[in-house]
Amino acid sequence: MKKTLILTTALASMGLAASAQELTVMSWGGAYGVSQVEAYNKPFAAANGVTVNMVDADNPATPIKAMVEAGDYSADVFDIELSDAVRLCDEGLLEVIDHSALPDGVDGVPALDDFVAGSLVSECAVPNIVWSTVYAYDTTKFPNGGPTTAADFFDLDAFPGQRGLRKGAKANLELALMADGVPAAEVYDLLATDEGVARAFAKLDTIKGSVVWWEAGAQPPQLLADGEVVMSTAYNGRIFNAAVGEGKPFQIVWDGQIMDFDMFVIPRGNPDVALAMEYVAFATGSQPLADQAMYISYGPARLSSGPLVGLYQDGKTEMGPHMPTAADNLGNALVNDFEFWADRGTELEEMFNAWLAG
Amino acid sequence: MSDSHSIAPNTASAETAGPLKTADGKPLKVALARAQARSRRRAFLLVAPLLLFVVITFVVPIFQLLAQSVNDPSFSRAAPNMVEWFAQNPDAEPDEAAYAALVADLVEMKKNRTAADAGTRINYELSGSRSLFTSAARSADRMEAPFMEAMLDKDEKWGDPMLWQVMRGASTGFTINFYLAALDMTRDAEGNIIAAPEDRQIYVKLFIRTFVLSALIMLTTFILGFPVAHLLAVLPMRTSNLLMILVLLPFWTSLLVRTTAWIALLQREGVINSLLVSVGVIGEDGRLSMIYNQAGTVIAMTHILLPFMILPLYSVMRPIPPSYVRAARSLGATSFTAFWRVYFPQTVPGIAAGGLLVFILAVGYYITPALVGGASGQLISNLIAFHMNDSYNWSLASALAALLLFAVLVLYWLYDRMIGIDRMKLG
Amino acid sequence: MALPYYASASEKAVYYTWRVFCGFVFVFLIAPILIVIPLSFNAEPYFTFTEKMLSFDPEGYSLRWYDNILTHGMQNAQAARDGAWWSDAWNNAAWIKAAKSSVIIGFFATILATALGTLAALGLSQSQMPWRRPIMAILISPMIVPIIITATGLYFFYAKVGLSATYPGVIMAHATLGIPFVIITVTATLVGFDHSLTRAASSLGASPSTAFFKVTMPLILPGVVSGALFAFVTSFDEVVVVLFVAGFDQQTIPRQMWNGIREAISPTILSAATILVFVSIGLLTTVEMLRRRSEKLRGLTPN
Repeated sequence: MKKTLILTTALASMGLAASAQELTVMSWGGAYGVSQVEAYNKPFAAANGVTVNMVDADNPATPIKAMVEAGDYSADVFDIELSDAVRLCDEGLLEVIDHSALPDGVDGVPALDDFVAGSLVSECAVPNIVWSTVYAYDTTKFPNGGPTTAADFFDLDAFPGQRGLRKGAKANLELALMADGVPAAEVYDLLATDEGVARAFAKLDTIKGSVVWWEAGAQPPQLLADGEVVMSTAYNGRIFNAAVGEGKPFQIVWDGQIMDFDMFVIPRGNPDVALAMEYVAFATGSQPLADQAMYISYGPARLSSGPLVGLYQDGKTEMGPHMPTAADNLGNALVNDFEFWADRGTELEEMFNAWLAG
Repeated sequence: MSDSHSIAPNTASAETAGPLKTADGKPLKVALARAQARSRRRAFLLVAPLLLFVVITFVVPIFQLLAQSVNDPSFSRAAPNMVEWFAQNPDAEPDEAAYAALVADLVEMKKNRTAADAGTRINYELSGSRSLFTSAARSADRMEAPFMEAMLDKDEKWGDPMLWQVMRGASTGFTINFYLAALDMTRDAEGNIIAAPEDRQIYVKLFIRTFVLSALIMLTTFILGFPVAHLLAVLPMRTSNLLMILVLLPFWTSLLVRTTAWIALLQREGVINSLLVSVGVIGEDGRLSMIYNQAGTVIAMTHILLPFMILPLYSVMRPIPPSYVRAARSLGATSFTAFWRVYFPQTVPGIAAGGLLVFILAVGYYITPALVGGASGQLISNLIAFHMNDSYNWSLASALAALLLFAVLVLYWLYDRMIGIDRMKLG
Repeated sequence: MALPYYASASEKAVYYTWRVFCGFVFVFLIAPILIVIPLSFNAEPYFTFTEKMLSFDPEGYSLRWYDNILTHGMQNAQAARDGAWWSDAWNNAAWIKAAKSSVIIGFFATILATALGTLAALGLSQSQMPWRRPIMAILISPMIVPIIITATGLYFFYAKVGLSATYPGVIMAHATLGIPFVIITVTATLVGFDHSLTRAASSLGASPSTAFFKVTMPLILPGVVSGALFAFVTSFDEVVVVLFVAGFDQQTIPRQMWNGIREAISPTILSAATILVFVSIGLLTTVEMLRRRSEKLRGLTPN
């Protein structure tokens, strides 16, 4: 990056290039990555005369600590989960972003009031989308009616077959407790106790032998399409793209969905911080956030973007009902407790690893 | 070599009258020593550039990494007052001064945003400490003396002797605790080494699994590779070179592609299962689970590592003259005896080289188990990657890496003693 | 080796079992590569045979993923396919960029590893070489240290010295990984090397460099070439170090494939693999043809 800058300055001073500034965004790839390239990167590049690169990762939060410790930045803006943003911000690894300096919504509402309640909780991050962990099944495997509740996911007798789960504690422990009959509102209180954790693992134990574990967001639709699993937890947008975009017979079960925010963050000490801030402010504006919903069913984090959301790129599918925030989908929904996972994530993930290896 | 005259009487040349001389009058011994020193220097100079390169680009980075396994300064860096108190009071129970130091440090931590970092370090050894630190740091600057009471009021966990034991351990920066953790051990409140709670024990199990699976893979590659290498060695050059393409082609094809291909072959509705169902070997419900478990790891890794067994075997077998076996037969040996007593012993260096290569590569494998291993096919390298990338516990990752490296070095040393590394060939 | 006429029945049985067994192993070796080829023509974005493919319905097949090799990452993929389109593909398509990085990194890493490695092997093969064993151990170590340890170690080190996410960084890392292969193959050739040949050259008045290039080099060339090939393949297929050390500009083909498996499942990697398989077959056949030709030229009959 530094080299590019020096080179750029040299070229510019020679009057050869107007601007060749570069910005690299690290995100989750796949259909989600495409939505960001189309809705944020291309317009930003065109408006500012800079090059915006996109790099994919299983989880973009992972390289940040090493980058900051080494003072070496191969990417400038990261799209990460809220709990990771809070954790990294606590550890002083992220730049502080002044929320009040973000642009107003198109309807004139100041940024501080425009973002969805409970999303502007980290001083180092700006929310861009609402997404959720749901589970989906292959309708062809259940001609007599598929599963409808979180509990059905754990019911091997009524719905036999392999299950797909993300390899990690997050979301799985919550799903297990909800399936075990714990109301969404009490899940985190219970998980804070040793008994609650034990109960969640005990519930997971009941299907452990039939689980295929996935790690990257693109895997669950693949596992479903391959017939390797009959149902799998997944990020809702990926299932939407397989079902609507590719015409796959996948059905989402919204009961027990776990909602979360994805945030833009900038690693601390990044020399390109000014441009990165500009990008974040631009990308989280009302229109770009509404535009990304044209490509994948993730809800924009700004209220003012809601009315701007149009049709899916096929030109006929209404995006509204496919969003995690649609009223019909909120029946039994849980909002991810970012503080819980920021504090206890590492420890529970280690327990999860030990449980998995056991 | 000016002292060569003084030792000359002890050497054979002393039997003649005076030391032997070269044409230009120098003692032969000196000339020889000089020539040898020169060629030694020349040999070393040839190696020096590469040695320097490898030391800089490889040995130094590895040692830097290993240094992390005994040192995590996140707490000691963030809590200078505590470090001082621990140094001055090697055995004392925490008193008011200790709590004062703690509060002073927490105030600093809030200012520098290091509370979570320091808390995470303590959290490695005592769960729940991270939030203890972050929440205490938030209100630390409002605390008033007596600090002991104030802190215990805030959260009685601050009085936990275990917490103080862990903080004392972390205050020096240097610690062997990560090695203990890597061996599923921990310390109790008195600092004694004890076994980790059962629901946290994982690493020893995974080390054993890694070595057992690697040995199994070594064995399967040997069983599959030996007959093939033998066939390639005895066939006419033209035919064997054509067949060699079948060995080299997978070797040249990306590991990722081969792993993906195995997914397509082995999965429940994959090629092999569907084939078995269509010929009626298994029923529709009896489809085999051959992937996302240990079986998947073993099959895919055997395939990927097989060329590393065949090539060294082949290079050892090719030069073995067929006349040896014929001679044994003509002297009355059965074909089995001829093979076992005459042919096989000559292939041992190849077996050792292939075996070592396969085992060492398997032990460090990361990509394939991550893609096809599922839960039961995970190896220790996946856990190293987890601590490197996800939990950010780099010291534990380094400790695990150091243990793995140690095991591999022992193997290498054994191999070098028994076979000699310069006898390794790759075709 | 044909079965001798005096072979007993049990020997015959062993002989044929052995042959059949070898046949199975060859199938095992080649099956995954054969499976990749038809799957790369899949019309759907998944790694499985669809029903349409199995019934040989032309609709189940498409060149979609081959097209995707060109279009993925282009600025304006929908434009008419004229000169501008092709130059866009050449400059921006992710796979083409990856191929370029792979070739650049592989080429320089191979040169570096082969040059340094051959020199060192020459030194190591001399009987006067001091501290032979420990030095050999150090030089071989990149091969025996598990790759995950190497990758993380290099990551921290390179980041500190400002080499991470640069071409020189990745090239040096890959050269380091390739060096053991060069050392092993070249020393193996030198084990059977007759040193009296160089002495003869020297006594006939050749300077050390003439003796090296005219006498030693031609004799050890096969070892050097095969070492270089190993080094190149090591670099060309390496993904772990690239995942840790490389930046956006150094995305290689394996890194792009890793994306294709993890982040955006897409059979494009199978198309890329198919192309690479045919390139390897072409290379291997060429090498074999050249070998046969030189055999013929030297008047050797195939044994």
